[in-house]
Parts: sequence; structure tokens; C-alpha cells
Amino acid sequence: MSLPSEILIKMYRAMLRIRRFEEQIWEVYTGGLMHGLAHLYIGEEAVAVGVCAALRDDDFITSTHRGHGHCVAKGGNLEAMMAEVMGRVTGHCRGKGGSMHIADMSVGILGANGIVGGGFGIATGAALSAQKRGTDQVAVCFFGDGASNQGIFFEVMNFAAIWKLPVIYVCENNHYGEYTPTGNVTAGKSIADRSLPFGIPSTTVDGSDAIAVYEATAEAVERARKGDGATLIECDTYRYRGHHVGDPGEGYRTKEEIESWMAKDPIQLLRTKILDDNIASGAELDAEEREVEKEMENALEAAKAAPYPDVEEVNQHVYA
Amino acid sequence: MSMREMTYGEAVKEAIAEEMRRDPTVFLMGEDVGKAGTVFKVLLGLHDEFGDDRVIDTPIAEAGLVGLGVGAALTGSRPIVDIMFGDFVTLAMDQIVNQAAKLRYMSGGQATVPITIRSTMGAGRSSAAQHSQSLHAWLAHIPGLKVAIPSTPADAKGLFKTAVRDDNPVVIYEDKMMYALKGMVPTEEDYTIPFGQAHIKREGDDVTLIATSSMIHVALDAADALAEQGISAEVVDPRTLVPLDSKTLIESVVKTTRAVIIDEGYKSFGITGEIASTVYNGAFDYIDAPIVRLGAMDVPVPFSKPLEDATIPTAEDVIKAVQDMKIIHR
Ligand SMILES: Cc1ncc(C[n+]2csc(CCOP(=O)(O)OP(=O)(O)O)c2C)c(N)n1
Ligand SMILES: [Mg+2]
Repeated sequence: MSLPSEILIKMYRAMLRIRRFEEQIWEVYTGGLMHGLAHLYIGEEAVAVGVCAALRDDDFITSTHRGHGHCVAKGGNLEAMMAEVMGRVTGHCRGKGGSMHIADMSVGILGANGIVGGGFGIATGAALSAQKRGTDQVAVCFFGDGASNQGIFFEVMNFAAIWKLPVIYVCENNHYGEYTPTGNVTAGKSIADRSLPFGIPSTTVDGSDAIAVYEATAEAVERARKGDGATLIECDTYRYRGHHVGDPGEGYRTKEEIESWMAKDPIQLLRTKILDDNIASGAELDAEEREVEKEMENALEAAKAAPYPDVEEVNQHVYA
Repeated sequence: MSMREMTYGEAVKEAIAEEMRRDPTVFLMGEDVGKAGTVFKVLLGLHDEFGDDRVIDTPIAEAGLVGLGVGAALTGSRPIVDIMFGDFVTLAMDQIVNQAAKLRYMSGGQATVPITIRSTMGAGRSSAAQHSQSLHAWLAHIPGLKVAIPSTPADAKGLFKTAVRDDNPVVIYEDKMMYALKGMVPTEEDYTIPFGQAHIKREGDDVTLIATSSMIHVALDAADALAEQGISAEVVDPRTLVPLDSKTLIESVVKTTRAVIIDEGYKSFGITGEIASTVYNGAFDYIDAPIVRLGAMDVPVPFSKPLEDATIPTAEDVIKAVQDMKIIHR
């Protein structure tokens, strides 16, 4: 299958936006403009982008603590995201949520999550709701290899299977949960295998290859929209940086390992593909890059200039 | 007593190491407690000494983790189970509340469940709503559990060692903002602090500030400022919520006739309400001013710094509460 060129360009641009956003976060954080926890998505861009490119605006996603990439890919706004992580009132959540809780309900982003495995129930419930309301929306649950050991993962797969729910579980297997190698704490040959006893089909894809991720997702989306139920997609991926800004990401990972992943960088991979297939020229792709750069600069300036919420807001939004 | 200066984090680590050396049935398990020494890095070195067998990295699976701890405790081990953030204790509530807490009673006294669950509390790190809560009141509510909440390095060590030696499930909460706090700590092997003994951190005559965990330091700061205004505040730390040393708290208020109670848990339905009622009942005839309760504002902890700051009691809040009592020295 060869994908329409608009989709490839769109994915390229989306990956650039994520990469730039995350690099900017690193600067903002180390420059003291952001506090708390910042878990960067650099290296994993092809997963969020490949998945979300196969979704509609009215589909749902649930995200994780490492959620900036999902949010950008699903249509979150860079300025509102930057403002949010800086605690400003113009942020997606008026500064109340921060990096780990970015949500934009208007484009189906049901929220990042500070609880590992926190999205399993929500995504599966969104799928149940789509089914009950008679729409053909689907819900995607992004989760890590670490999250795959939470018991609720197995509970929701059972629900999804017995009710044929339109949900897609997307595991971002980056081979570590914090400082612990996945293999030390995770039984079985693959996480993809875990859905098989429930009769939920699964597949493993190269999470650096946006096209492969897109194709696997498109197939799962089709199945879900037709009423044939859930899919599990395991994406083999890697975070270049530490678990969060502040963790150098080394010590528990070798330099060679990190470099071997950087050698098959998802953005470079797609760029090469676009150039090889004569879909766009290098100059055109560079122009994309400059536009993203400009967009990021504007987002940062706007976020910096935005005020913090009034302290009076602290009591607002506890109840509807 | 020989003493050494160390941080709160080091005191916890030393307590665990000493208990593990003393008792081979003690082991520690949790997420990233091994080589990483926890995400707060406070247990660095334990894995080097005790190895994979006794300092165990686990999957991210809090319910299972605590469940295994309960089963191990029931059958001759003395596990210490680490739940990184107090917010994640909620994932293991069935294991703690329905299993660990009740096995002794339900079995008519046959079972012993000597598990120590250590977790953290406290806002102030811009960690937002799911990494900042102080939910110790939830567990203090459950018969069968003991709850310790140390405020200083010395208390952390002494209470932790008692927790490990106790034959009941004990939950011990460390405020993650205090890990770098320094203090003198007894070094002998059998230094323990009995549960149910409040500690008077500062003596005074005009008002009693009853505070827990990091709020002790808020209370001590307030007491310093009040002293400059001629008001003498006594600062009392219950140290364990269950058992609660009502006697010491009541005696202090009988002496001072006034009280402010400060705890970082939510104000509603929480620790400060419980202690206020205990003190009212015990010191009723002596009380000269309505007891003031200060707790976390009843909202999910917001991310944005100015909002977050507004949710945590401060020394200024304590000072204002005391000033409003209009204490007149005769
Ligand atoms: C319930 C719960 N337990 C523990 C944590 C602490 N924690 C945050 S991220 C993380 C590792 C998650 O690993 P994984 O799911 O593989 O995601 P990754 O960080 O690798 O993207 C842990 C243990 C948490 N946030 N929530
Ligand atoms: Mg991982």
C-alpha cells in the first residue's frame, strides 16, 4: 500500500512539531520557566503521529505521563500546550493540569495521565460510549510497556472482547519503565501476545516507522468502525532522553544502545522515504522545518507573555 | 546516646538497612527501589548491600505488589513495600483495607500481618493533582492499620524501625519535600520510637500548635515569629496517627487553653477534625478560644505554582490564626 503524499507530508510535519516542542520543553525546563515533571517523547514521534494520522478529529485518545507527542499529533495547540506546562492561564487546562494532565476535549484528547495505566479504563469507556451512542468513533489508548503490567489492562481487554468495543490499545514499548529494563519485570515474549487469550488480534510494528504504524492503525480503525472490536498494537520504540528532564538517561542504558536507536531516527526515516519517492524536495521539507520553527517561537513567546491564573481560580472547576 | 547528623532520606535508609541486617526475614520491594534507589534516590546503596534477593524491583502493579506483601507477611516474612507516591496507594486499597487490615481480626487472632508500607505525601513540587496528595487520613480511618507520619530525621528512623518490628500492618508516610532536611539522629542499633507517643517539639504556654509531618516545620516557623510578638507557642507532633497519643495533646491544651491544628491532608473529614474533637472532649473546661484547623484546601492539587501555593497551609496562616485569638496576658 502506498500512502497519499499529503499524509506523508502531514506526518513529517507532525513529527517535526513534536520534536521541536520537546526540545523547547527541555530548554524551558532547564531555564527555570517550567517546574514539576517533564517526560519527553523525543525518539517516539512516529508512534503518536502514525496512530493519530489514521484517526478522525472526533475519535478519542487517552494519553500518558509522556503525553506531549500524543497531544500534538491529535491536534492540540502548541501555544496552549506550552502555556499549560508553564502553568499559565492560557493553557489548555488553564494551568491546572500541567504537563502530565494536558487535555483538549475539543479534539478528543481525553487527557494525559499521571497514573501509569490510568488511561485503560477511560479509553475503553469512551469506546463503550461510542457504541452506546451509535456513532462509529473509535478510542485509542496509548500506554507504556510498564503500564502493561497493571492488572486493569487485563480487565479492560476482557470488557473490550466480550462487548466488541471500538478501542485500540497502542503499547509504546520503549524497553524501560523509569530505570528498569522491561524484560526484568515483564513476563512473556511480547506484550502483543497479551491480548491473544482474549481473542483480540494484535500486531507488533516498528515504532520508528510512521508508515508502518499508520498502516497497522488504519487496519485496526477499520475493524473497530465495522463493529468487529478491539486491536492491540505494540510499537517497538525508544526514548532518546532520560525518563524525565533531569534524568540523564544513562547508567541504566548503554551509549551504544542509545546510539543504535538514534541511527534509525523516525523523522529521518520518513524524510528519506519522502525524498526517495520524489514526494517532496529537500528544499520543501526544509521549508516545513522553518515553518514549524516559527510556529514554535510564536508559541513560546505567547506562553511566556501569558499571565498565571488568578489565585481566585483555585476553587473553580472542582465541580461542574 | 551517640548521634550523627543525617538527612531525613538517609535516616529512612539507615533504619531499613539496620532492620534488614538484624532480621533476615525483612525484605524490601517496590518500583525502582533496586539499583535506582527509588525515584527520590533516597535508598541508593541498599541494593549494593543486600542484592536482588532482598531489595527487589517490581513490575508497575501496585495492587499486586501490596497483595504479595500481605501474603508474604502472613507466612513468616516481614516485607517492606514501597509505594512511590502516596497517590498510588489508592491502586492498592483493597489489599490494604480489606486484606491486610482485617486478616488478624477475621481470623479470630490467628493471623499476623507484619507488613510495612512506606509511601510519600506532600505538595509543593509542582507535580499536580496525581502526585501531590496527602491521603494518610484514608488509612488512619481503618481499624487494623497503624499510621506513622514522621517530621524529622530522628523520628523517621525511630518510627521506621518500630514499624518494621511491629506485628501489624503499618503505613508510614514520608513527606517527599523533607528528604534533604538534616538533623541529629541516634545511631545505636536499638533506637526505636514507640508508637502512640507524641513529641513536644517546642514548649510554650499560650497556644498549642499540633502539627504533623512537614507541617511541624511550618508550626515551628510560626512559633518563632509569634515569640517575637510575645506569644509563647507549644508545638506538638503526634508522630503516629494510629495509635494517637490523645493524652499528650489534651494535656498541652489544658495548659495553654488554645489550639491550632495543622495537617497537609484535606481539611474536610480528615486528621485535623479528628484531633480537634479529641482535644475538645478532653480539654473542654479549659479551652479559651475556638480550635482552629488548617489543612490542604479542598481542591485537587493544581499544577500552576501560584495556585498550588494557595492550597498548602503556611506559617503566615498559623500566625494569623493565633493572632485572631487575641491572646491577652494577665
Ligand atoms: C500507578 C503508578 N505507579 C507508578 C508511577 C510512577 N511512574 C511514572 S512513569 C513510570 C514508568 C512507566 O513506564 P512505561 O509505562 O513503560 O512508560 P514510559 O515512561 O517508558 O513511557 C512510573 C513507574 C505512576 N506514575 N503511576
Ligand atoms: Mg516504557
